[in-house]
This record gives sequence, C-alpha cells and structure tokens, in this order.
Amino acid sequence: MAHAGEVSALVGDNGAGKSTLIKILSGALQHDGGEILLQGVPIRLTSPHQARELGIETVYQDLALAPSLDVASNLFLGREMRRRGILGALGFLDDAAMRKKAEEAMANLRVGLVSVRQPVLTLSGGQRQAIAVARATAWGKRIIIMDEPTAALGIRETDKVLRLIERIKESGIAVIMVSHSLPEVFEVADRITILRLGSTVRQMTRNEADMTEVVAFMTGAAGERTVERE
Amino acid sequence: MSLAKSYQPQSDPTSPEGAPTEPESANRFRFLTRSTSLYIFLIELGLLALFSLISPNFFSRANFTNIAWDTSETLLLAIGQTFVIITAGIDLSVGTILMLSGVAASWIMAEMAGTPAEIANGQHPHALLAILVGVPGGILVGLIAGALNGLLIARLRLPPFIVTLGTFSMAMGLGDLLSSAGAGGQPTIPPVPDLFTTSVGNGNLLFGLPTLVIFSGMAAVLAHLVLKHTLFGRRTFAVGSSFESSRLAGVPVVRQLILVYTFSGFMAGLTAIFDLARFHVTDIQGHNLDNLNAIAAVVIGGTSLFGGSGSISGTVIGAFIPVTLSYGFNVVGVSSFWQSVAIGAIIIGAVLIDQLRRRRLASVT
Repeated sequence: MAHAGEVSALVGDNGAGKSTLIKILSGALQHDGGEILLQGVPIRLTSPHQARELGIETVYQDLALAPSLDVASNLFLGREMRRRGILGALGFLDDAAMRKKAEEAMANLRVGLVSVRQPVLTLSGGQRQAIAVARATAWGKRIIIMDEPTAALGIRETDKVLRLIERIKESGIAVIMVSHSLPEVFEVADRITILRLGSTVRQMTRNEADMTEVVAFMTGAAGERTVERE
Repeated sequence: MSLAKSYQPQSDPTSPEGAPTEPESANRFRFLTRSTSLYIFLIELGLLALFSLISPNFFSRANFTNIAWDTSETLLLAIGQTFVIITAGIDLSVGTILMLSGVAASWIMAEMAGTPAEIANGQHPHALLAILVGVPGGILVGLIAGALNGLLIARLRLPPFIVTLGTFSMAMGLGDLLSSAGAGGQPTIPPVPDLFTTSVGNGNLLFGLPTLVIFSGMAAVLAHLVLKHTLFGRRTFAVGSSFESSRLAGVPVVRQLILVYTFSGFMAGLTAIFDLARFHVTDIQGHNLDNLNAIAAVVIGGTSLFGGSGSISGTVIGAFIPVTLSYGFNVVGVSSFWQSVAIGAIIIGAVLIDQLRRRRLASVT
C-alpha cells in the first residue's frame, strides 16, 4: 500500500486501528492475522530494532525522545558512534563526530538550527517534532512511519512539518502517515487508506478521493465492502 | 510531554530561513547546571570556615584528614548511587549490603587465617592467603546483592524503592545471622589480620593522605569519565531520561538497569573492604543509615531524583557536606542525634531546589 517516493495516509475514526497498525509496522506489536509484504516478500517484525534494520523508521506520536539528553544524543540514541581504537573498544563515544553528523542531518532537512548540544527539554513542540523527524530520516532508508505528526502543533509549525514530509518523499522514501486532519491528508498524501473497526474499508489515490466520500467511509455511512488488507 | 504548552512561534527554528542562532534558553540551562556545583562548593567552604571559627579544635590537620577519610567512604557509595539515581531509581540497600559484605569478608578471613585457637590469640599464620580470598569474597557478596536488586527492578518491573527497601532488610538480617552464627546470638566475628589493616587501612599513607582517600579520588575520576564519555554512561542517562523512548530507540534498557544496580552493590562491597581495613571489624549497627548519607551526597550534588541528569563532580562535593556537618556538630558539642535531623532536612531541601530548577526550566521553554 505504501510506495517509494509517495505519502500514504491512514485515516479512520477513533478505534479504527490506526495506531495498532502503525505499531505492528514499526515492530512494537506483533500481528496475529494478515501479512506484511516488504517489496513483495512477507516479513515478520518482532521488535522495533528489527524494523529499523530493514530501513523502517517510526516517528511516534509522543516522539520517543529523551528530554534531558541533547539533540545530537537523541539523534544517535541506541546507535551511538564509538571512537576508533582502544578507547572505542572501552566504550568511549565519539561525541564530536556525532555532533557533526547531527548538524548535517538537521541541515539536510533545512531545519534552521538549534544547537545540537541543547537538551531537548528546552525546545518547543515544533522543534521537538523536527528532531524526531530528522532522526527518522537520518536512519530510515525505505519507509518512514509518522503517527499524528502534527497533532500537538500550531498552524505555522504544522505547515513546517508538512513541508518536511514533502522533502522526505522527494528523496525517494515511502512515507506512511496517520492523521486526524483530512485537510492535511489531502494536502500531502498521494494515497489514502481508510480504516474502520480494525479493517481496511477503502483504498484510493488522492485524485480519485473526495473529502465527503472519505468521511462517509470513515463513519461507516458508505461502503460495506471490505477490501483485502496488505 | 506537553508539546502544545511549550509551543513558541516567535523562536521557531524549524523555519528554513531562520538564522542558526543559539537560543537563550540553552545558555540559561547550562548556567543552571554549572552553578549547582559551585553553589555547593561555596556552602562547603562556608561550613568549614564557620566550624573553624567556632572551635579551634576543628581547624587541625588530623580533623581534616578524618573528614576526608569519612567522606571517601560516603563517596564510594555515592558514586554507585549517582548512576542509580540518574536512571530515576534509588538504592536504599547500600548501607546494609556494605555491612553484609564486611561480615562475609571478615568471616572468610577468620576461617582461613588460622585455627580458632590461633585466631582467638590474635595470631594469623595464613594472613596473606586469607586476605587474598576474603577481599574478593566480600566484594562478590556486594555484587551479587546488587545484581539481585537489578534483576528484581528491571526484569520484574518492581519499584526500586520497594525492592531496595526489601534487600536493605534482608542484608541486615543475613549480616546479623552470619556474625552471630558462632555463639549464643552474640556477634563473634573476630578482627581481620593486622597485615590487612597495615597494608590497606589505617597506618598507610600516600602523599600524606590515607590510601582510601587517594583510591576514592581515583574512583571518582574514573566514574566521571565513564558517565560523561562512554556508551555505559550515555545509556544510563537515556534510561533515566525516558525508559520507554530508550527502549523504542533500541537501547538495551533492561540490561542497563541490571548493570547499574550491580555496580552500586559492587561499590558497597568495595567500601566494606576499606571500612574493614580501617576499623578491623565491621560495625554491625553502624551502617544502617549510610544509604541516607550516600543519597544526600548525590542529591546535594545536583543529580535529579527524577532521573536523566546528574554528575560525579557534584556528588564529590556533595559527599563532603554530611561528613563536615557531623564532625562540626561533634566539635561544637551538638548532640549527634541532631546530625540525623540535619541530614534529613538537607535531603528535603536539595530535592526542593531540584524541583524549583525543573519548574523554572519548564517555564523557560
């Protein structure tokens, strides 16, 4: 359902199973039915670590940042770079290299920069969101999953994040995004998948979709036909 | 995490055209963390000056050496405790684990150093062998007790406060049992061989300072490097900053917690060895409140009980305060019971300052 260089949106009412599906795709939960196909090959994700190995990164709704660590440490959380040689074998970290790469990652996304040495807890909501997105794009090679990336943001910051999503898409990565906001979905998504009560009720491209129709499917007012879920 | 509340459009750095300026809040944050150590250092100097003015007995080389000596023991415990508290945990069991390790070490030494008759005469024909087995034996007991704490907390997800309160009591009971196993319920562990106290403990001076002082200073430097510059330290901060985020990011959170509590137990065992070398016997009753001194040192040193931030340098200075107070109170003639009252008040005060600092930080963003 997700394609490289495209944004696929998952929409649905509360309890439709959006977050559950996201957690399954990111390896945090295991699915008990159906299949996940990655480039046509069925895969089984048993941990977030395994999903990351396959190039699938997730921006969780609560961002999953460590607030008292600085920006660079958060970008490298769980993937810290060690020094070369004996010091590295002893576990010493190469903070200088990590800061440099963190600065590059922030610059690539054109995130006008806060200091990468600044603790995340001193940042605003939009800044934190940008860091979580930057982390995902720095490591995600195939798929980036975003759970409600704009839910906690104001209008201007929401706009910034949507621009970020477009830039990620242009770099040839598949983006899967969950959103409550249909206007946003229609603004950035190429495909829309509508979930209702745990099943996919409709998949459509943006061009063939119409907002009232989407709402009808979400609320169950239209379409009793259930399509296969991928 | 209240993202909405901290939304701040005027300094929005996600703006592509925004100049890469360092926001004010970063500087303010650094100033706050830096000032903590300085602040405590000034308080310590003030205390030393105050007691020296009140009593000439206080201002003596012997007294300062004793303060440094006692601080070293508190510091060794507090180094382990710093790592634990940075993970947003607490280790209440260090004092009684120290006691249990000390009893175990002296028990092993007594068993191995000679026959009961020789030991009763104060003779230790196999002193060296006894020390070589007793020292690692005592440390191992501390390490195992710490690992038990870690397993219960990390694997079973039990609250650190309850687990270490439980092992606090267990170590106290086991230490009492072991020490009174011989005769009629009376503690009967004989003193360790003199060779041990002369080689490690009492008489031995290095650069005019007791060996223990030098050793704990080196331990502090090492712990500082590990905490600030290694993967082990980074993971310690990460787990304390957000357990769930760290787990999702692939940090081995369970293993890290087990290792941190094991390290704290190891430090308690190590302290027990130095305590034995200094005093010949383990004081059965005297270590029950060592946990409070260690926690006080850490919290006074600016490490947050909420986890995710802290430093060894703060802990080093923090360790001096409870010890200085206790010597000061002795010299000035205030009942030692007031010491417990003062330590309690200081812990509460330090936590209050930590809270205020966090609130101010939250309002900065």
